[in-house]
Amino acid sequence: MLPSDFPNQATMSKTFTDVHLSRQRLLDRGFRGATRFFAFSVLAVLLGIIGSLIVGSLPAIKAFGLHFLVSSHWNPVTNNFGAAVAVYGTLVTSAIAMLIGIPVSFGIALFLTELSPRWLKQPLGIAVELLAGIPSIIYGMWGLFVFAPAFADKVEPWISDKMGGWPVVGPIFNGPPMGIGMLAAGLILSIMVIPFIASVMRDVFEVVPAMLKESAYGLGATTWEVVWHVVLPYTKAGVVGGIMLGLGRALGETMAVTFVIGNAHDFSASLLMPGTSIASSIANEFTEAYGKRYAGSLIELGLILFVITFIVLSLAKLLLIQLTRKEGQLS
Amino acid sequence: MSIQTSKEQLSPISQPPVAKITVRDLNFYYGNFHALKNINLDIPERRVTAFIGPSGCGKSTLLRIFNRMYELYPKHRAEGEVILDHENILDPGQDLYKLRARVGMVFQKPTPFPMSIYDNIAFGVKLYESLSRRDMADRVEWALRKAALWGEVKDKLKQSGTSLSGGQQQRLCIARAIAVRPEVVLLDEPASALDPISTAHIEELIHELKTDYTIVIVTHNMQQAARVSDYTAYMYLGELIEFGDTDVVFTTPKKKATEDYITGKFG
Repeated sequence: MLPSDFPNQATMSKTFTDVHLSRQRLLDRGFRGATRFFAFSVLAVLLGIIGSLIVGSLPAIKAFGLHFLVSSHWNPVTNNFGAAVAVYGTLVTSAIAMLIGIPVSFGIALFLTELSPRWLKQPLGIAVELLAGIPSIIYGMWGLFVFAPAFADKVEPWISDKMGGWPVVGPIFNGPPMGIGMLAAGLILSIMVIPFIASVMRDVFEVVPAMLKESAYGLGATTWEVVWHVVLPYTKAGVVGGIMLGLGRALGETMAVTFVIGNAHDFSASLLMPGTSIASSIANEFTEAYGKRYAGSLIELGLILFVITFIVLSLAKLLLIQLTRKEGQLS
Repeated sequence: MSIQTSKEQLSPISQPPVAKITVRDLNFYYGNFHALKNINLDIPERRVTAFIGPSGCGKSTLLRIFNRMYELYPKHRAEGEVILDHENILDPGQDLYKLRARVGMVFQKPTPFPMSIYDNIAFGVKLYESLSRRDMADRVEWALRKAALWGEVKDKLKQSGTSLSGGQQQRLCIARAIAVRPEVVLLDEPASALDPISTAHIEELIHELKTDYTIVIVTHNMQQAARVSDYTAYMYLGELIEFGDTDVVFTTPKKKATEDYITGKFG
């Protein structure tokens, strides 16, 4: 065949090319439409949940208004409800979990990426991941049957004894050694969030270019200085993301907290006293919530949890913006 | 011969240079792999010494021994002596942080830290000295001037180091290394990721820096080695094949292997 015998765009059947191209265009349009549909369906589900939460909590909103947020009453008999104790319990237990979980996770991730001998890296990494896979009901049972009695026996008397007398913060640590309570719930939560935060931190630490770390080591920085001044700023978005993942779990954790928090709707300054959290209140009481006002109050608790999560996420975004500004504008 | 005369004008060698780093019977292993074999070498003070050779010949490995960077990785091990001013730096008692303050390093790719231009320079200085605000500002300016970057960044010191162009970033890294006031500067293919104009900037800079520092450069680019260095070491498969005056190595090499590599017959 001569080169001129090869069919080219012009000589090829016009209809064939056109049909082929138009089919591709159609497929492309369909593909775009499908992905857009998936993306928007997330938004629709989100709005749907918010909507149904608001509708469900209307009886409570009508009855208590904004007073619901600050009232510490929770009395099904008189049909008088307030969210303050549950909100307080949720925030305090999550705060304890973060206070312990973040530094420990950072230490785990730092050890796994920078310090661990190679043969230990994999077993330790797998152990962390397995810890993340344990169902929360198991944490709850372990917390109630093993952890709480030991905690009441060995640790709480010591805390009450030594720290209960401290000025200002004393009352927080003063209380009877019951095992279950807000401190126990916070500690169980910290164990539950550590694998999440640690494995995300390890993953993001591992993608830091070796050369960047070597540059800092090459200036004579110690491992701590390299991690604190170079690795952490370099991975800040991922680290904050991992912390948010853990915090999200801590705020919404239901089963494990329900087992060990004590489920008391009484406000108490002491962390050793039982309390309740939003999620555990809902789980505990929903089946027996007779009457629209009771059910509505529980649903409103759910709405508040939603709002808290939203606020926390927004704060995280703001924090990231702040951090980026601190290291200098990009361009 | 014209090359030689121009070279002498640029770096008048009035007296025989003193060895800054003396390498004696150096062997290096990556696990079981024998990467450097019996290296003996004197690196002269305040001169530019280039390591050339094909990929995998061990030139970067040798460079990374001078600040013991290899120690970050398990199973990397060096035997022999590397003497920096009468001190064997391979001695286990050697203070690594002091060593790295004396021996700075710049890498293949620019590696600005995720912080402002100012803090990039100040970071290393803060590890060793606690300077007042004013002294630190002076030091940062001095280092950036030394690296010929001051004019381009003096109005945006608060901006992120990563906002600079590739060539500027690499000069920032050189400034960062110099700011600690080292005696030796190791350059590991410092221009391999840069465009020709940025490369020319870096080469000019190397010329100026050798009045104050002992410079060791690893390069893949033989023209670059010929342009910037006073002494050249040709390495092949972990052995030092030839070492001498750059002009001699490039014009009348003693070994056939060196000549083959330099003339492009292989490598």
